[in-house]
Amino acid sequence: MKTEEMILNMGPQHPSTHGVLRLELVLDGEVVHDVKPHIGYLHRCFEKHAEAMTYAQVVPYTDRMDYLASMYNNFGYVGAVEKLMDIKVPERVEYIRVIMGELQRIASHLVALGTFGLDLGAFTPFLYLFRDREKILDLFEITCGARLLYNYMWVGGLSHDIHPDFVRKTKEFINYFRPTVVELNNLLTFNKIFIERTANIGVCPAKEAINLGLSGPNLRGSGVKFDLRKNDTYSIYDRFDFEIPVGEGLVGTVGDCWDRYYVRVQEVEQSLRIIEQAIDQIPDGDVSKEIPRRVKPPVGTVYHRVEAPKGELGYFIVSDGSVNPARVKVRAPSFVSLSAIGQMAKGYLVADVVAILGSLDIVLGEIDR
Amino acid sequence: MQNYLIEIFGSEIVAYILATVPVLAFIVVFVLFAVWLERKVSAHMQDRLGPMRVGWHGVLQTLADFLKLLQKEDIVASANDKALFNIAPYVVFVTTLITYTMLPFTSIFIGSNADVGIYFVLAFSGAVVAGILMAGWASNNKYSLYGSLRSAAQIVSYEIPTALVVLTMIMLYGTLSLGDITTAQTSQFWNWGIFGGPVLGIGKILLVPFMFVAFIILFISTLAESNRTPFDLPESESELVAGFNTEYSGIKFSMFFLSEFANMFLIGAILVIFFFGGYNSPFGYLGNLLGIEWLIPIEQLFWFLGKGMFFVFVDMWLRWTLPRVRVDQLMTICWKYLIPYAFFNLLIVGLILLI
Repeated sequence: MKTEEMILNMGPQHPSTHGVLRLELVLDGEVVHDVKPHIGYLHRCFEKHAEAMTYAQVVPYTDRMDYLASMYNNFGYVGAVEKLMDIKVPERVEYIRVIMGELQRIASHLVALGTFGLDLGAFTPFLYLFRDREKILDLFEITCGARLLYNYMWVGGLSHDIHPDFVRKTKEFINYFRPTVVELNNLLTFNKIFIERTANIGVCPAKEAINLGLSGPNLRGSGVKFDLRKNDTYSIYDRFDFEIPVGEGLVGTVGDCWDRYYVRVQEVEQSLRIIEQAIDQIPDGDVSKEIPRRVKPPVGTVYHRVEAPKGELGYFIVSDGSVNPARVKVRAPSFVSLSAIGQMAKGYLVADVVAILGSLDIVLGEIDR
Repeated sequence: MQNYLIEIFGSEIVAYILATVPVLAFIVVFVLFAVWLERKVSAHMQDRLGPMRVGWHGVLQTLADFLKLLQKEDIVASANDKALFNIAPYVVFVTTLITYTMLPFTSIFIGSNADVGIYFVLAFSGAVVAGILMAGWASNNKYSLYGSLRSAAQIVSYEIPTALVVLTMIMLYGTLSLGDITTAQTSQFWNWGIFGGPVLGIGKILLVPFMFVAFIILFISTLAESNRTPFDLPESESELVAGFNTEYSGIKFSMFFLSEFANMFLIGAILVIFFFGGYNSPFGYLGNLLGIEWLIPIEQLFWFLGKGMFFVFVDMWLRWTLPRVRVDQLMTICWKYLIPYAFFNLLIVGLILLI
């Protein structure tokens, strides 16, 4: 019988491409022979825009890249500019930034875990996790008024000091949240069908993961113990005690979808530990004291990288000495993660492509910028 | 009931058409209720409230949705195969509707107590495949095609364990007629199929575990045949958008919807008839106690719908708890586990019935 390959366009309007992504699948029946991602549907010229704005005006634009982890985008950008200008921010600011960053990491991972379950047909965990994410967004709301795009971290400081209730509410959140992780594990992580769907699927060995340039939970899922918070520490992360969870192949092979998923589950716990340590140590001070009237870095270049929830988020900034950056280049972790799908998905089934894409946790706002 | 109608109207055709009215009305009312129930069940499982605005706790929400669907434009794309595309939803719906004629709702209302009852039900629930394949092929959409092919493979495969369990039960009752199967389980609840049916003596005790296995197999395979989670691959929304009904809109889409939910009750009803005494009350009837004869069919209807709805609820419960299996795992469950177990079960039950 004569058979031929079939091309299936998955997206740009598809329920599980996590945004406007088009995957061109070359299929033989249900078996995937090739995957080509097509991006650019969400391109907003962030990098070019940045050249026409002052350094401070760029901050709200960084919010809109990885819109599920806006705090961390701010964190990376202001870190880069501060490095360029050689500004030492007050201790209080550093502590608040770390707390906000880790809360944001939890929020981002909750979306990643929930949508991963959703891709596999488990609807209920998704809503449970979104319910918990709301509580984090409430914390952000009392701090800066915004729930998604914060524009909270400014060059040299913060836009607002924390709310008087913030410390108490954060502690309440930690106490409330710990048991729900156990609930998630019972409901989804160790569900037989879930394990069958994710173990040994989309395996990415450590060597291949490094070659592909993966970072963050995707790299650690392959068993590589690499976390910028420890390996190339920035801000005040060196003061906290936390572990780096890596994929161990608990139910399948090291580097499969389940490992990438489980690394995120464990990272949530580690973030809680960091917040717990930091929340009691916040020193007094003024968060806006060091904010420069005019951000005008000297001529030079800087590359600053941070461990964003999705992986290594790097900002390369070229300054020509004026108030506008001459060039802002972003190394987006999702972009690199997405490029790996072609190698990962080959030989699996259509349903597995959805699982692999979900386990990579991409955000199209960051890929297209 | 038909005889009564024939007497009144003097024409068989009119009588038979009228006899379908209650069934059709039941399906429509049931689907309106079940969709609302599904939304409420899922909402409460997920820490939400679900529809609350239209009527008391949103009971009229599905009616409003249905009216909205009726007003929607009936889109037929230029590349569709028009004839097949238009006919497919009705094929799917009618084949589901026909199976309802065999269900004994009460001792006095049964569409047709045909001798081939369960055979008829199996045949027509298998014929749904034709409609789904037509829909998938005529849509001229790759997602639809994938959905319909998956569905065909799934329904055809799961027919086998279903048929094997049905065979087991037929051996037990000695009849294919659903009405007679229900009658065989009358009087007390230990006459129900799950407790070994009308068999007496030592055989009954031996049968109970095997009846339980048969029940589990039938439950899983009928669940798969009705395309519900965790076996909802033909319309798995995260992979195939909406599967075979991707291209449908308006009234034709609602036909697919109607038949999906009608199927849910059908599988509940089949399970109830085979294993849980059909319309029989587990405790005896209030009508007998009070000496009111017309109360008995109403009680029977209550028990039949109540037991059926319980399984509909279990379906929903599973749907909102479990992820979806993959297409190869689906086939593995069927061919490697269910069919051998069903065969083995058939053999053992046959041996027990011989002694």
